[in-house]
Amino acid sequence: MSDERLVGIVLVSHSAAVAESVAELAKGLAGAGDAVPVAPAGGTEGGGLGTSAELISAAAASVDRGAGVAVLTDLGSAVLTVKALLAEGDELPADTRLVDAPFVEGAVAAVVTASTGADLSTVEAAAAEAYAYRKV
Amino acid sequence: MLDADFFRRWMTATAASVEREAERLTALDSPIGDADHGSNLQRGFRAVRDALDKEPPATPGAVLTQAGRLLISTVGGASGPLYGTLLRRTGKALGDAAEVDERQLAEALRAGTDAVMQLGGAAPGDKTMIDALVPAVDALGGSFAAARDAAEEGAVATTPLRARKGRASYLGERSIGHQDPGATSAALLIAALSDAAAGAEAGDE
Repeated sequence: MSDERLVGIVLVSHSAAVAESVAELAKGLAGAGDAVPVAPAGGTEGGGLGTSAELISAAAASVDRGAGVAVLTDLGSAVLTVKALLAEGDELPADTRLVDAPFVEGAVAAVVTASTGADLSTVEAAAAEAYAYRKV
Repeated sequence: MLDADFFRRWMTATAASVEREAERLTALDSPIGDADHGSNLQRGFRAVRDALDKEPPATPGAVLTQAGRLLISTVGGASGPLYGTLLRRTGKALGDAAEVDERQLAEALRAGTDAVMQLGGAAPGDKTMIDALVPAVDALGGSFAAARDAAEEGAVATTPLRARKGRASYLGERSIGHQDPGATSAALLIAALSDAAAGAEAGDE
């Protein structure tokens, strides 16, 4: 994979502040992660807690460099909205995947892995592997 | 036979019920949810009603797929993708026909309900909208009134259940004793079928 075609990452949370902060955290911890296209899609369009299909679609379009888009979510309507948009067919860029991963740890793993020029499946696997990271 | 205008009236009648019952839906969502079910559905069905009034689609299937798409993009909570998927899949199952009969509607609504179960992972007895939809679809072969009664009974029967899906499931046993807001709004959607049929007989709208 060439560096100019990095996998894009979308972070969907019920809270705009959470999505933005996790994006900042993941890019900061990734070091070279500045080059990775990461977009938060948090809360509703009105700034409240919830999920916005419009914000998710816009975020996915903004990070699509042609190498695929990995979408990480927190819970509930965030998961269901992304799944419903994927089922729609034309609402998200081609090769967009909902990644089954813990939100914070998965985002860090996804951004670090994407910064190496890895393909979408490798980014997805790295994010999902974050579930195996035990703290106790 | 049921034409595109019947389906538009169904959505309009649902929007009216949601307006009328929004406070009750939100009140039901307060002890076991995040107290936004009424206002979320109100926003969604207002958008559906306005779009269908402005430019009514030509077929029953198109009415429901457009309504579903709008709910996904406007509701802002889990009920958006769930109701959106229900209507969109039901609409897709109706295909391009200009008119459908009650049996075809029942089959399509079953396909839509199956899609909701697949999306949310809920089964009957989990204290969700499925507990109103499944008995309603089973009764729809009889009449709209039978489906309405079955949906309402299904919604009331969620009260003693323990929630197994969504935010309410984190409450464990404390979710027992509250009627599920999603099952309650699903019963409004099914009851609106009778309103839509009555609208045709009365010749209004």
